Formats: sequence, C-alpha cells, structure tokens
Amino acid sequence: MDVLLVESLSKRYAHTLAVDDISFTLAQGRILGLLGGNGAGKTTTISMILGLLTPTTGRIEVLGHDMARDRFPALQRMNFSSPYIALPARLTVRENLEVYGHLYSVKRLKSRIGELAEQFHLTALLNRPAGDLSSGQKTRVALAKSFINKPELLLLDEPTASLDPDMGDYVRTMLEEYQRETGAAILLASHNMAEVERLCDEVLMMKTGRIVDRGAPDALIARYGREDMEQVFLDIARSEAI
Amino acid sequence: MSARRIWGLIYRHACMYRRSWPRLAEIVYWPTLTMLIWGFTSSYIVHAHAGPRALAAGALIGGVLLWEITLRSQMGVTVGFLEEIWSRNLGHLFVSPLRPAELIGALLIVSVLRTVFGLFPATIIAYLLYYYDIFAPGLIMLVFFANLLVMGWWMALGIVSLLFRYGAGAEALAWTLAFGITPLACVYYPVASLPIWLQPFAQILPASYIFEGMRAAIAGQAPHWGQLGFAIALNIAWMLASIAVFAGEFRRARVRGALISIGE
Repeated sequence: MDVLLVESLSKRYAHTLAVDDISFTLAQGRILGLLGGNGAGKTTTISMILGLLTPTTGRIEVLGHDMARDRFPALQRMNFSSPYIALPARLTVRENLEVYGHLYSVKRLKSRIGELAEQFHLTALLNRPAGDLSSGQKTRVALAKSFINKPELLLLDEPTASLDPDMGDYVRTMLEEYQRETGAAILLASHNMAEVERLCDEVLMMKTGRIVDRGAPDALIARYGREDMEQVFLDIARSEAI
Repeated sequence: MSARRIWGLIYRHACMYRRSWPRLAEIVYWPTLTMLIWGFTSSYIVHAHAGPRALAAGALIGGVLLWEITLRSQMGVTVGFLEEIWSRNLGHLFVSPLRPAELIGALLIVSVLRTVFGLFPATIIAYLLYYYDIFAPGLIMLVFFANLLVMGWWMALGIVSLLFRYGAGAEALAWTLAFGITPLACVYYPVASLPIWLQPFAQILPASYIFEGMRAAIAGQAPHWGQLGFAIALNIAWMLASIAVFAGEFRRARVRGALISIGE
C-alpha cells in the first residue's frame, strides 16, 4: 500500500520554479532517499508533503488523505525531524517530549517518554534544558520527538547530522528495526551517502527542482559505473547534461 | 478542536515562564510601574483639589487598570506567538496535528493568565496606596474587563496576521500597536474631548464606550446598557474581521513558504 503519493507536484515562487513536476510514491515498509545538492528542491518537496507549503500544482496524498484538503488526520500519523528547526530551549528534554506527546495525543505518555529516553540514550538528559545540550544531543532529542507518536510515515532531514559515528550507526540500526517492526515508511533526505546506501530501498536524485534519476542505490551505482553513491551524486551534480 | 492539544501548548508556555524570571518580571513590571506613576498623580490631584476632582482621580486609576487589561491581553497573544518564532519551534508546531484555531485558543488562554498575573500586583497597589477598589462600582466592572480582554485579543490576531505577512520584522508592532491606539480609546477623557475629525475613529473602538461606562459607574450613575451593548457588538465585529484576516494571511503564508522562513 502506498503511504505517500506525490503526483505532478510543482512549486513556483515569483521568479523561481523550485520544484518542477515531480511524481513518486512510497510504499509501506520502505525507505526512500531524497538526494540532491543545495537548491535542488528537497526541502521544498518535504515542506509540501508536511503541509507547511502549498503546492502550485499537483497532488499529495498521505495515508489516503489529500494533504490539500484533509491534512490533519495524516499529520496525526506522521512525524518529522530536522536539525534546522529547534525545540524550545528553556524547556527540559522531558517537558519538550511531554508537549509533543500532548500535541500528538499520545497514550500512556509517561511510559512512552521513558521508552524513547532509553532508545535514544536520553535518560540522563531528561531534566536538562534542551538549549544546554550539544548539537548531537539535540539531534537525538529531535529524533525522539519524531518517534513520539509511533508514526506510520517518518520524514527525516539529515537524521544523523552532528552525531558521532557510534551514535550515528546506532540511529541507523534503530531506523532499520523500526521500519521492520512497524512497517513504517521513511522519507530520508541526507548528504551522508554511506547512510543512503545502507538504509534506502530507493533513491530519488533531484536537481534544479526535477527528479533527474531514480533507482535502488545498487542499481544507480551499477548504471553510472561507480563504486559508491557519493560518486554517483557527484556525477549527477556536476553533469551539464543532466 | 482538541482540549489536549490546546493544553499541550499552554503547558509549553507554563514551563517556559517557570524557568524564566525575566519573563515573569516583564509581565508584572509595566502594569505596576504605570499604576505607581498614575496612582501618585491621582493622589496629588485628590489632595490638592477636593470635590469632583477626586472622581477624576478615581477615573484615572480605573482607566489605567482597565486599559492595562487590553494591553496585556494583546501582548499575551502576540508575545506567545513570537516566543515560537524566537525559539525556532514554529515549524514543529505547524507539522503537528495542532490546528491554527487550537494554537490561537491556547494563546488566548495564556494571555488571560498573563493578564491576571500581571495586573494582580497593580490592583493591590491601587487598593493599598490609593484606597482604590476596582470593584467599588460593582460587578459591571467584570463586563468591562471581558470586553477589554476581547479587544486585546482581536488586536493581537491582527498583529499575528502582520507577522505572517511581513515576518519577524513586524515584531515592533507587537509592543507598540496598542499603545498607539490609546489616544483614540479615550481611556482618560470622553470622546467629546477629541477634535471632531478624530471622533469617528474613537467611536468605532469598543474601548471608548467601555471607558465612558467606567467613568459613569465611578460617578455612581446607572450603566449605559445601550453603549455597553454597542461595545459588545463592535468587539464581535472586529473579532470576526480579525479572524478572517488571520485565516487569509495564514493561507497566504503557506503559499509563500512564510511558515518556513518567518523568523527572518
């Protein structure tokens, strides 16, 4: 079943076509990578899927809900994490998770926060103000918040940014387990190509607002005759023809 | 509408204030300072000139307290919204199931709590230092309170709409707009004191009728129910207009991408 359906999606600002007629789907239990250089249209695409930004044309359906007309039931069942949006710095980690637990109407919130604290190694940090944490710790808190409602669709923008290699690997393993156990779908935007190769079932390569190529990481590596996704990324980013 | 989601946002603000004494101090500071300044002024008027001027002093203190309700209720909503911008948390809120109406509902409740907390010391000072009992004119004062609170709310919705449209650059309006309306609200004088050409602008504000009613109540006159009814009707009209403007600007903000870049 398709958790996410994006059809002929475009976004035009006054002088810029930020996203140009893209279409893709994301099925239950799959991880889709959204790759591209700066200005490729990734953040604009994710913003439209989240309902933060109204498309110029096209359609987005999440868990059967048309995001243009009926986004709130879908927002209840999805979540999002980005290092570019902060959690209130004066609130403690626990308080931040409580706030979002209430916003997502999470049942048995106290025990859910305990589970997340254990999962993301936040137990010792629960009573510290979020603003006092290191960037890696803040990333873990943001991820914990994104899991609070056990989302069926998770949108992750740079989920392991600022994490040390050990914690980064731990989070990637956790994402794989979460996907396996719950059948959740994950849309992942990342500049970490090793992460993309490991996690993603399929990758969409974006450039100047369009999807210029797509496929499983192995298939793309083979098609471009390269050794890894980093080289594929560079080929696409630097090519005038694409 | 979900009471739990509204509570989630109220809880967010409560936790913030619990940890920030400067924010708590700010809520109390201006109403208390204003009360001290105008209260001593009123005392001077009463002691220097007996008789009807004592009533004027009472009207002055009453006006100060009541207008602070509008100022605090407006700031409570706009500062609450600005806190989300300053903390870069607005994106998280708008991708959650929180509806815009719930966001506003929570901010209105926070503004009531801020208003009560902020005015409590000023009210006590008025009673202890100037022997002014805000409820001396009767329970009609509660009707005045409610109307002035609502006036602060629709002004706040207008300012939040400007924040959607112009971003955090419109922040200065959060602090200054209500002050700028003070001359037309006729807090300390009747509408007839204004130049003829300014009077229509005062007459479309609920506050001018409320303060007229307050001065009558302090003077022991019967309430002007017609004027009060007109003030309520004006508040409803302005509130509906503000809601429409807010909904329109929120929609346009989603088209322009302003919800992502509103902090700039």
